[in-house]
Amino acid sequence: MVVGAGIGGMQASIDLANSGFKVYLVERDTAIGGRMAQLDKTFPTNDCSMCIISPKLIEVGKHPNIEILTNTELLGVEGDPGNFEALVKMHPRFVDLDKCTGCGECAKVCPVEVPNEYNMGIDGTRAIRKRYPQAIPAGYAIEKKGTSPCRDACPSHVRAQGYVALIAEGRFDEALKVIRKDLPFPAVCGRVCPHPCETACNRGDIDSPVAIQQLKRFVTDHEMKAGKAALPEVAADSGKKVAIIGGGPSGLSAAWFLRLKGHKAVVYESSSKAGGMLRYGIPDYRLPQDVLDKEIQTFTDLGVEINCNSKVGTDIQVDQLKKDFDAIYVACGAQKDRALNVEGQDAEGVFSGIKFLWEISEGRKQNIGEKVAVIGGGNTAIDAVRTAVREGAKEVTLIYRRTVNEMPADEMEIHDAEAEGVKYVFLAAPTKVLVEDGKVKGLEVIKMELGEADKSGRRRPVPIEGSEYTIELDSVIAAIGQVSDASFLDGTVLAPIVKRGWIECDSLSCETSIDGVFAGGDAFKPGIAIEAIAQGKETAVSIDRYLNGLDIKEGREWNPHLAPKPKTALVKKAERLKVPELDVSERIKNYQEVALEITAEQAIAEAKRCLNCGTCSECELCAEVCQANAIDYSMVEVDRQLEVGSVILAPGFDQFEAEELGEYGYGRWDNVVTSLDFERMLSATGPTKGHMLRPSDSKEPKKIGWIQCIGSRDKRKDRNYCSAVCCMFATKEAVIATDHAGGEIETTIFMMDLRATGKGFDEYCNRAKDKYGVRYVRSMISRVDQLPENKDVEVAYVNEEGKLISESFDMLVLSTGLKPAKSVAELSKRVGIELDSFGFAKTDPFRPMATSRPGVFVCGVLQGPKDIPETVAQASGAAAFATESIASARGTKISTPDITEERDISEEDMRIGVWVCNCGINIGSVVNVPEVAEYASDKANVVHSEGVLFACSQDNQDLMKKTIKEKGINRMVVASCTPRTHEPLFQDTLQDCGINKYLFSMANIREHCSWVHQQEPEKATEKAKFMVDMAIRNSRELQALHTAPQSLVHSAMVLGGGLAGMTAALQLANQGFTTCIVEKTEHLGGNLRKLRATHDGRDLRAYLKELIEKVEAHDKIDILCSTKLLKTDGFLGNFESTLEQTNGIKKRIKIEHGVTIVATGAKETTPTTFCYGESDDIVTQLTLDGIIADDETRIVTAKEVVMIQCVGSRNEERPYCSKVCCSQALKNALAIKELNPDTNVTILYRDMRSYGMKESLYEKARSMGVMFMRYDLDNLPQVEVGEEGVIVKHDLPRLGTVKIKTDLLALAAAIETNENQDISEILKIPKTNDGFFLEVHTKLGPVDFATDGVYMCGLAHGPKPVEETISQAAAAAARALTVLAQDMLMVGGQVSVVDTDKCAACLCCVRACPYNVPIISEEEGAAYINPAECRGCGVCASECPAKAIQLQHFTNNQIGSMLDILREEA
Amino acid sequence: MADFEPKIIAFCCNYCAYAAGDLAGSMRISYPTNVRIIRLPCSGRAEIQEVLDALYNGADGVLVIGCEEGDCHFIEGNFKAKRRMERARTLLEEAKMNPDRLEFHYNSAAHGPQLAALFEEFTGKIRELGPNTSSAPKEKAHAREASQ
Repeated sequence: MVVGAGIGGMQASIDLANSGFKVYLVERDTAIGGRMAQLDKTFPTNDCSMCIISPKLIEVGKHPNIEILTNTELLGVEGDPGNFEALVKMHPRFVDLDKCTGCGECAKVCPVEVPNEYNMGIDGTRAIRKRYPQAIPAGYAIEKKGTSPCRDACPSHVRAQGYVALIAEGRFDEALKVIRKDLPFPAVCGRVCPHPCETACNRGDIDSPVAIQQLKRFVTDHEMKAGKAALPEVAADSGKKVAIIGGGPSGLSAAWFLRLKGHKAVVYESSSKAGGMLRYGIPDYRLPQDVLDKEIQTFTDLGVEINCNSKVGTDIQVDQLKKDFDAIYVACGAQKDRALNVEGQDAEGVFSGIKFLWEISEGRKQNIGEKVAVIGGGNTAIDAVRTAVREGAKEVTLIYRRTVNEMPADEMEIHDAEAEGVKYVFLAAPTKVLVEDGKVKGLEVIKMELGEADKSGRRRPVPIEGSEYTIELDSVIAAIGQVSDASFLDGTVLAPIVKRGWIECDSLSCETSIDGVFAGGDAFKPGIAIEAIAQGKETAVSIDRYLNGLDIKEGREWNPHLAPKPKTALVKKAERLKVPELDVSERIKNYQEVALEITAEQAIAEAKRCLNCGTCSECELCAEVCQANAIDYSMVEVDRQLEVGSVILAPGFDQFEAEELGEYGYGRWDNVVTSLDFERMLSATGPTKGHMLRPSDSKEPKKIGWIQCIGSRDKRKDRNYCSAVCCMFATKEAVIATDHAGGEIETTIFMMDLRATGKGFDEYCNRAKDKYGVRYVRSMISRVDQLPENKDVEVAYVNEEGKLISESFDMLVLSTGLKPAKSVAELSKRVGIELDSFGFAKTDPFRPMATSRPGVFVCGVLQGPKDIPETVAQASGAAAFATESIASARGTKISTPDITEERDISEEDMRIGVWVCNCGINIGSVVNVPEVAEYASDKANVVHSEGVLFACSQDNQDLMKKTIKEKGINRMVVASCTPRTHEPLFQDTLQDCGINKYLFSMANIREHCSWVHQQEPEKATEKAKFMVDMAIRNSRELQALHTAPQSLVHSAMVLGGGLAGMTAALQLANQGFTTCIVEKTEHLGGNLRKLRATHDGRDLRAYLKELIEKVEAHDKIDILCSTKLLKTDGFLGNFESTLEQTNGIKKRIKIEHGVTIVATGAKETTPTTFCYGESDDIVTQLTLDGIIADDETRIVTAKEVVMIQCVGSRNEERPYCSKVCCSQALKNALAIKELNPDTNVTILYRDMRSYGMKESLYEKARSMGVMFMRYDLDNLPQVEVGEEGVIVKHDLPRLGTVKIKTDLLALAAAIETNENQDISEILKIPKTNDGFFLEVHTKLGPVDFATDGVYMCGLAHGPKPVEETISQAAAAAARALTVLAQDMLMVGGQVSVVDTDKCAACLCCVRACPYNVPIISEEEGAAYINPAECRGCGVCASECPAKAIQLQHFTNNQIGSMLDILREEA
Repeated sequence: MADFEPKIIAFCCNYCAYAAGDLAGSMRISYPTNVRIIRLPCSGRAEIQEVLDALYNGADGVLVIGCEEGDCHFIEGNFKAKRRMERARTLLEEAKMNPDRLEFHYNSAAHGPQLAALFEEFTGKIRELGPNTSSAPKEKAHAREASQ
């Protein structure tokens, strides 16, 4: 199992899978690729990161033995090496990868915009997305954090986040469509709903909730102004009929949702108009009648039959309904008021609240007089007082037995009523209506106080004895609650569902005790409108299931996974929408709507306040547009147990949060960005499409600065290590920025030391300086400010001369350091590995990929900060380590596909089948697919041509196979998407039918046609025809090709018996492969023989002894010392080498081997400067290492020790860095200080390159008093050897000349390659200008050569310390294992072949081939290209003047036939 | 000449130029329909004869596009192609044909927008140049087959 699918995880997976192991590649993200996929270019070659990584992505994606588990996290690992049980949690993607075609229609409709993490949050992306365009797996994924609180709080679960998001984008009609999925009363609820959604809104924690209700009203206003409502689609008629008793919100809601399912819904309403309490209980100033009328019209338009003035029990008989309909919904409401139950309640002037409002709404004036009291605290009470005001009452009082805090009425309305002149009397309850002449004259009330909390959680009001007092009144309106009246059902078949006037039913499914009869709404339990509507909606679900004979109760509980509270720290406050209202003086005179309309701009601004709590808003628009039906909201988390033998952890890194160092202005100043931000800005797929534009004004920057070590080498932040990559990263960015700007740019890098330690890095920096004008400034930045006038960034710094300088830049890039990925802390606990104090994995320098837990390995930044090549080498190395103990399981878990026996078609007539894909609408909406298919059918040899919806879908694959067999098709053409991803799929289809897979030809009419010519459908169709024609022509020329198995020698030759060679050999031998070490000297050990300890103090001499013992004792390792390579013949899998041994008598030895590992090492040079050789007190660092170990007295007695770095490195002769010398100097300085703290140690250096974790040595050396003095090439230290001994003199810019008489001068002599010209020539492997061997690819092929089967490691590749050598040696072994592990090598296929009759043996191909494959065969007198070696690029074929070479599958005939189309068209 | 629609053939290497074409598609960056792509394993497979054939057969312009310097999947196929196309341009000149009808470019796999821009620009240039009148008469169409 490999955890983390960045470049490290991918490389490890490939090596493991190719060496015969099944791999589970576990990735938390939705796609593989990791950080490298985010990079624009890579150093030191300026390669395009995506170009070099995408073949790897595809290789991992289609590898039969790599199972990619995306969206997956590792929960734990139990067991022992070889027998682990790993538990993983696979989070749902909500997109079926088998169906998704990656067309992106879903993302186009997704309303939710969230920061695009891939682009470092600089731009936005959608809740449904692909991480990046080239992502593998290529399918989309939905980011769903959970259900948003607004939707959860809504009784009808209206997708508030969804429609708010749509409003934020100005997509008002779609917003309404989303509302209507759950709510058929948007205009009503947009006005009268008490909006539990807003109460739950997380925005309330920041400032105030989003005005969700007003936004809903806005979209309905918008639609009403436009005219007709856009209604949802109704399903086909089901033939079923449902009767609904009651035309209020609940009944109508049920009717709506039943209608959508295709059922006939007939509503019986006793009043003259439908609407129920919405019409009669809510005054017009809140809900105008015409708005309600229009809304009810939508029901009729949908096909709901509404019969008004139809009182059930009177006009229609219940028993008849039961007979005539398939189901009944009883939603008759609760229109009776609860009685006041006090003396005098029957007097004239006592009204009941609901009845009062009902009468008024029916236009019947009520005689309430001037002084009116309303009893109650709910919405009806508020409606009553405000109506009373409008009815002309002069003194209106609301009497409530609790306080304002307990009032159930809407808070806004309480304020509005107060503004309209209503007086409140709290903590009072009526005890008696005072009556005179049968008419109300006043009210006796008693004062209350709040006691214990009751069931509702509110404190119960308790009367205060003797506190009664009276109020003078003309009328009393009691609004203390409502009661159902279902007496009309008495004596009918439905009578059993009524109990004491209320209806009895199941609160969730609304089933009653009678089969087929359902009930709900106020008649069951009075509540707010949205609750009644919700019950109607639920009833519709129940009835639909009932009518279809399904289980009614299954899965009905609303039990969503709720979205966690969003992070709010960085959200800027924004004022909530203020809804304009009618002026009080105006509104109390009439029933005009109080709340006025808002503008589209206001609505959009308000909607943008939404925090998108759930990310996915559950609007389901994506599912509607997905033609492939790939979206599946029902996916759930799945836990899976995996049996694995070893675990490799490669979770990668996060960048240091630059905002933590406020002084650099990140997040505060507009034009300060991080290095990864800048990387995305440079990238063609980035937020600025590769245009370098600064954030504040999108101006092209002409002067950019980089500040290094942001969050690196920084003790304050507990980050006193070097991130190892930033110096090169910044240099590369400066170079690329210069390219982007066409050279018209100034670039400056502020740094402490330039740490360019890798292969070719110093040369790169020199080019950056000399050719690109990159300026490096050694300084500490003291201040970063923004200039208010133009937002330029002003940097104040102290230069090397100690002067304070202030300089302004258009843009400033912060080179943020690397730290282990956030997930690591948790991951390490779950896996049980130890971390160091910085959070990196603890590893042993001798086993750099092994963690504290046996069987668990690491690679990449988790092991310590490093760049890509080192990560890749470590990844391969980790693969070797991980398989060492489970080598016996090799080949046991992998799957080999069944191959159908192939039919020989050479004698058959050509029969071509053509399939043209619509790709849902991706191709079909632009290209006229039927026309193209028709066009193809007329072409010669075409026996079948059809258009299909999805060519790649499983069902279509089956149909294709059927057609191929039935029609005897022997060549296949598919016009669909890119062959780069889909060719293998169709080739398999063809192969399954027994036809050679090379007889397949593809036309990419999606990526190269419909997607890029959307505006020109006719021309696109013409182009598609052309492309299909080309593919058909190509298919006629195709030939069946076969690969053939070839045996190989399962052993290795390792050149070099140093640390690298022995490590690699041991690794291979431990995995069961015979290995021969060829060492030119008399002993094994190489440079390791001269080294005392690692930089962290581990005893290297002991380690070497142990290593040699192991190698010598291993029965699979042959050792040939004093032996050199004379000749190697053969190729991958079958090499034969001739060796010469000079141990005693010269003899020649021939060995056969499948692979070769080059570990020929390097050596310390002999210095030619600084008076080396003139005094015994002048030694090299390596010699000093020995002195420390063997001659302690010499150290203890020394008063002064001086070290000079870069002796022979980084100069004109050797422009490279020897990499190990800085840490070696530090190591030795510390050792000296430990032996004698009084010895003065001075290190003269150019850049202190204690990269990565070696920074701690530098820190420790400074704290122990080691002196550091910098020098430059133009100001070299001077060494004199005279009578007084060795004198070192150096000019320092601020201190003048320093003169030290030293007892010991150690020179850090450069490392240079061993003599290797012969090996380079024998093995045909190239070298760099510096003489080291040159790998096939600096980044991704650090141990490989262009010649297959030859690998390298150690100092032969370039200078490096012990632990890196060990990693690389293991990597070389892992790469070799991918060959050795195979039983047979498959050769042939798309390779070049020579027609010997035409060949003139002119050597053109020999010279042209980048891999040196062609040879001139002596027997034939013609060129021979070994199919086992040919890579299939076709360069030889194109260079051959005699046209004697053809690249199979890309022959001249094929290309020529395609070009003929031009002529025939003309 | 306003309604002249040039026929353009683009030989694209599989690893970079063709991939960039796919990316331009994914990013929905439109370019003229005139460009028709032929996929090659490497730009190094682009032959002088085939490129000339394309023009000879009636293409108005030909592009050969390979990986950027250093990115070639086959080490140096792109450099070989570049040199070869320079030679092909000389041959065109010798044949009194406008060498500007043939261009070689580097284009990385990540440069979808740049590839689309190149197609746009080249189509414009060829539109300016007008139809390729030097293509061979129809009856010679099968010269290739006869020769094999």
